[in-house]
Amino acid sequence: MAGATEAVTTPGPSWARRRLSGFRDRETWVALAFIFPWIFGFLVFTLGPMIASAYYSFTNYGVQQIAGLSPTQTVGLKNYRQIVHDPYIATALKNTLIYGLMMVPARIVVALLLALMLMRIGEKLGGIFRTVFYIPHITPPVAIGVLVLTLWNGSYGLVDKALAHVGIQGPNWINDPNWIKPTIAIMDVWACGGTMVILLAALYGVPKHLYEAAAMDGAGKLRQFFNVTLPMISPALFFSFIILTLAALNQFTVAYTAFFNSGSGATNSAALFYAIYIFQQAFKFFNMGFACAMAWLLFAISMIITGINIFATKRFVYYEGEAKH
Amino acid sequence: MSAAGQENAPPFIEAGSTNPMPQPMRRRWRPQPSASWATRGVFVVVLLFLSVLFLYPLVWLLSAAFKPRGDTFDNALIPRVWSWNFTGPNLPEPHPQFLFNVAPVAHWFVNSFWISFLAAGLVTFVSAMIAFAFAYFRFPGRGFLFAILLSTMMLPGEVTMIPVYLLWNHIGNFTTDHFHYRIGTNTQYPLWVPNMFGSAFYIFLQRQFFLGIPRDYFEAARIDGDGYWSMFRRIALPLAKPALIVTFIFELQAKWFDLQTPLIYIRDPHAYTVPQGLFQLLNLYNPSGGGQGDYQVIIAGTLLLVVPMVVLFAIFQRYFIQGISVQGRKG
Repeated sequence: MAGATEAVTTPGPSWARRRLSGFRDRETWVALAFIFPWIFGFLVFTLGPMIASAYYSFTNYGVQQIAGLSPTQTVGLKNYRQIVHDPYIATALKNTLIYGLMMVPARIVVALLLALMLMRIGEKLGGIFRTVFYIPHITPPVAIGVLVLTLWNGSYGLVDKALAHVGIQGPNWINDPNWIKPTIAIMDVWACGGTMVILLAALYGVPKHLYEAAAMDGAGKLRQFFNVTLPMISPALFFSFIILTLAALNQFTVAYTAFFNSGSGATNSAALFYAIYIFQQAFKFFNMGFACAMAWLLFAISMIITGINIFATKRFVYYEGEAKH
Repeated sequence: MSAAGQENAPPFIEAGSTNPMPQPMRRRWRPQPSASWATRGVFVVVLLFLSVLFLYPLVWLLSAAFKPRGDTFDNALIPRVWSWNFTGPNLPEPHPQFLFNVAPVAHWFVNSFWISFLAAGLVTFVSAMIAFAFAYFRFPGRGFLFAILLSTMMLPGEVTMIPVYLLWNHIGNFTTDHFHYRIGTNTQYPLWVPNMFGSAFYIFLQRQFFLGIPRDYFEAARIDGDGYWSMFRRIALPLAKPALIVTFIFELQAKWFDLQTPLIYIRDPHAYTVPQGLFQLLNLYNPSGGGQGDYQVIIAGTLLLVVPMVVLFAIFQRYFIQGISVQGRKG
């Protein structure tokens, strides 16, 4: 009787019934078994650590607490106030910002120019050159750090010797604080092959008839580039922009290799990037609580920058299949 | 097949709807607005010049690795004096040093190789499993879980870095106390164990690929009596081979490049990876670091760090390029 009443009074299964009915299926359990590794990894290596990191950022967690010598105490906003007062934070943020402002646009512009030229010279030659320009991209960052130290060495390096040949007195790239960030940025431009391949793939996706239509309307080459090419490849440009911005925020390996080995104490405040400072605070000075607060600031900055990027580029980025989805 | 079964099945996903790799991996180069011979000639000349600039550092590295101590910085593409800097008699400091004598360099290479291959293999296989589940099965909370998965890609590694280190520290103390075998900090486990749980980016990439496989294949296998696992093993995996190779080489590259994680976890010089070891060599042989400026040792080591990547690229060039292009199209 009870069952019958239910069937009569409710027009269909309840929300919970509908939602949870899936759990009666074998397929659901099999699916959960398949994704179990990710769920476990997410809980243990992402969600749990996120919560712990948020908690530690409000504590004095440090070397004494790791060793169990003194108890962990919450210190309120002290770590966050310290971020405001620590002069190295400002230095690190400034360095990272300057480096990003140099590296991201330069790498995109050079990659785009290379891709445009590769596209125009035909499949066979283009393929060969594409391989050539891609090779620096597979150079490990530690090796790039070594190249920074050797090629750009002010007194011995090849770069200054080459510049001397054409009558330019090159700067002391790796000892002059003003030139350290440009040097790293230049090596990043050198390794722009990945960005170039992304843009090249986008360029090849632009349908030819658009150029023909534009030419019919009397648009010159320059006009075609700005009114056809750029809008059509804008998703790839936008993607590269976001990825490279995040890469700039996380610059660690090249700068750490070149400027934070034992022999380079004097100049490294010019190469102190934010990710390097977090690493030092966490694993050199063992100020874990403070480092966690720094990490959350980095998260906030990445989110804000990505948000601004998405907001600002929404008007300019054109997605071909947009209407279909 | 029963009506109920059909109702339960997810909607058919048309090949090539929203996924970036529906067609065979090789893309046709579309004919482009033809440039005149003069323009093409100018471009080729400019590109040739730039090629020299782009390849020069690596060519210099190759030749400098075979130059004696004093000549490291000279500009000769063919060394004036050839010098084998890798192995040699073990003489004290005023004499030039040799790469494999100054540190357990052979260990570093063995470590880097097995860690990279194991980590890449694990992450490829496990990510494929997870991606297959997200692409093929329909289960409550699928959309929600997938949204979480995508959002984890936005999280900078620095946020979780410290608690994960502390976790490994605890695990290390626990295993040492109870099993007399250490799994944790100061061992190599933290470098590859997290790969056993898949990685969001690769799961996303492979799911897109699995979505491009027509559902009929799986239904046919099911009618033939295949279980879910053998559907995955016998149909999904072989068809997704290009995506698997892309995942594998990307992760191999990432592990081979990684400096930060080994710096955090590994203390014992015999357990170093190559990038970490090279970093320590820079500490020792930088002229300002107190050594004699044995740069030939560092350069020789750098060459050995670069060469495996070049070989890998030579073998899998197509997949490197395809993998990168696909990244861009997820837009």
